[in-house]
Amino acid sequence: MKRFFHRKSSCQVAKDRLKILLISDRVNCSPEMMEMIKTDIAKVISKYMKIDAENMDIQINAKGNKGTRGAKNPSLYANIPILDLHKQ
Amino acid sequence: MENNFSAERKGSEVIVVTSGKGGVGKTTTAANVGTGLAKAGKKVCLIDTDIGLRNLDVVMGLENRIVYNLVDVVEGSCRVKQALIRDKRHPGLYLMPSAQTRDKTAVSPGQMVKVIDHMREEFDYIILDCPAGIEQGFQNAIAGADRALVVTTPEVSAIRDADRIIGLLEANGFKQIDLIINRLRPDMVRRGDMMSAGDVVDILAIPLIGVIPDDENVVISTNQGEPLVGNDTPAGQAYANVVERVDGREIPFLNFERGISFWTRVTGIFHKA
Repeated sequence: MKRFFHRKSSCQVAKDRLKILLISDRVNCSPEMMEMIKTDIAKVISKYMKIDAENMDIQINAKGNKGTRGAKNPSLYANIPILDLHKQ
Repeated sequence: MENNFSAERKGSEVIVVTSGKGGVGKTTTAANVGTGLAKAGKKVCLIDTDIGLRNLDVVMGLENRIVYNLVDVVEGSCRVKQALIRDKRHPGLYLMPSAQTRDKTAVSPGQMVKVIDHMREEFDYIILDCPAGIEQGFQNAIAGADRALVVTTPEVSAIRDADRIIGLLEANGFKQIDLIINRLRPDMVRRGDMMSAGDVVDILAIPLIGVIPDDENVVISTNQGEPLVGNDTPAGQAYANVVERVDGREIPFLNFERGISFWTRVTGIFHKA
């Protein structure tokens, strides 16, 4: 029971891995490329405000969910935690 | 009775059982769903489309009765009726075995469609056991099908392949694709060491039609060559529910089948905190 508090469950690890894996499978975009996009976005936004680049999350999602999995209109979602709106 | 069914939906419903990854339980699922439907009084034909690596005959316990096979039918060496093996244990259940000494290229998707269309009036359900992979064997198996059952286990590799298969099925115009999650271990899900049925459904985003618990009785039934659907075993009951749902009835999911159990929810809260 103790390990629950300290470690991610293997179930959570599997889900996290699959999330990334399937995005790149579906849109044919490698995890390396996603990482590069993430770094570049962080760089640009950092010019204007202080962000938490460590905890930012970007994903390519297929538009809509059930039924329209066809990934025809993927969109890029970025969730970027802002630490300070005014850059020091 | 048969005529009533054909009047309802113009001959049989053709279902392909597929997964992408090998060894996740396609053949076991095809055998149990087919046998279950026959037990419910339907006229069912199981077709093994895995040319070169046939297994469905063994799982069904009919391996000693094969005379002709699918390739013989396609090549015109025999009539469809001659290749069909009637399962004496269940009236209305037939098996079209695959060829063991040939390879996937012996049959084309067009030929499969022709054979299946020829059989549509005879049966309520035609169930195709698909080979692993996404090559010609897969193309053959899906060519004549109306709907698909995608089998996966709650493992990263199987889910990844299932996702690819679902994409291919959708690209091939499939409108009804249902998910079967096989070999779920509720104890591991509770510990947080296995994805729950809900987790897998969230990822694959297709309707869930059944969850089969990991059950040693499946091995025993395969040893004996007798599908366990409807038996008083966890997997037998779970397959019986799948059969009901395939046949269009709404059956509540068994306890372990429900998405996220109380315990994973509790531990999930801790993770977030």
